[in-house]
Amino acid sequence: MSKNKVTIMKVCFTAKGTNLDALMEERFGRAPHFILVESENGSFEAIQNPFADGGGGVGPKAAQVLIANNVQALVSGQVGGNAQEVLAAAGIAMYTYRAGKSVRDALDQFTRNSLARSG
Amino acid sequence: MPGQIMKLAVASGKGGTGKSMVAENLAFTLSRTEPVTLVDCDVEEPNLHLFFPAPATTTDVTVPVPVIDETACQHCGLCGEFCQYGALTVLSNRILFFPELCHSCGGCILVCPNDAIHEEPKRIGTLSTSAPQPDLKLISGTLDTGSPHAVPVIRAAKKQAANDQLVIIDTAPGTSCPVVEALDGCDACILVTESTPFGLHDLQLAVDVAARLGIPAGIVINRSDGKDEETLRFCIDHDIEVMIPFSREIAAIQNRGDLLCRARPEWQKDFCALFLKCRALTGGER
Repeated sequence: MSKNKVTIMKVCFTAKGTNLDALMEERFGRAPHFILVESENGSFEAIQNPFADGGGGVGPKAAQVLIANNVQALVSGQVGGNAQEVLAAAGIAMYTYRAGKSVRDALDQFTRNSLARSG
Repeated sequence: MPGQIMKLAVASGKGGTGKSMVAENLAFTLSRTEPVTLVDCDVEEPNLHLFFPAPATTTDVTVPVPVIDETACQHCGLCGEFCQYGALTVLSNRILFFPELCHSCGGCILVCPNDAIHEEPKRIGTLSTSAPQPDLKLISGTLDTGSPHAVPVIRAAKKQAANDQLVIIDTAPGTSCPVVEALDGCDACILVTESTPFGLHDLQLAVDVAARLGIPAGIVINRSDGKDEETLRFCIDHDIEVMIPFSREIAAIQNRGDLLCRARPEWQKDFCALFLKCRALTGGER
């Protein structure tokens, strides 16, 4: 358990849908939705990624969405180089989840501190 | 055929159909009677210089990219919001710039309220100009390895030939931005295809692109194996002139870096005829 490490934290999960039962999306910049979970109480909000179908440069643009929403950690399958640079500069921790299951499963693994840090 | 004013592009949907072969033999043949400029716009893999070895003058192709004056920047974020390409990310205390994402639109400079951004040139490729034989000028655009934007190099190569009378442009394969940029403004184009299902499929895409750009197109079937029925049917359906069905024997000449029309001068009349057909496509009065 990592409760002492994670106090009040907003964590972003890249998802194919808009709730905790939605499947995780492996891609970061082109994820259809971002599920932002308050790690303290488990409440969440879903925001649509406006850059999911963008032409290019979607990684840094999506990273800006996370910065604007005061996200402190990201759980995703694969984060591209440019997005990683932005997220790292903004102090957003990155965790890799590639089990392909639901946001709830990824959240569970995140709170049990069993996901690897990346970036 | 003195005094031609014509920009003729050689394109194809599918790669490896023989664009360069057609372009270089056309240029070689026509340059025997009048000045010709041959422009290699396949800037990701230019190859025409291999067939026309000669000393070249090389200049850099640059694009303007923003440089941020960190002492003047207030980190207001307007430039990052404006940039549609994700090239600028503004954090609370610094700006991240990704030059490979920048399209050099200059918008960040316009929206900056603090005059904190100016542009500096960034090299993305080169232009090489040579005169491999009398009355033939070769302009080759080369995109630097790792540079993602071919279009500015193609634009620069075409600009270098802007005042020339008879210009033959060898394009990249495919139907994406580099091909559109190379075709833009041409009086006619030759689409080189081969009699395979892939050749026909990609030819259809290329015909569509040329039609949308309003550029008259003719078709050359290269490496014709005598089983061209489907391609020929497509040509007839689309009221496009079928030009020269070639034979296989050319490959050996080509592969040793020689030119068909130099090794086998009897082919020159075929390329002259090809050019006359292209001129007819434009209405003949250009």
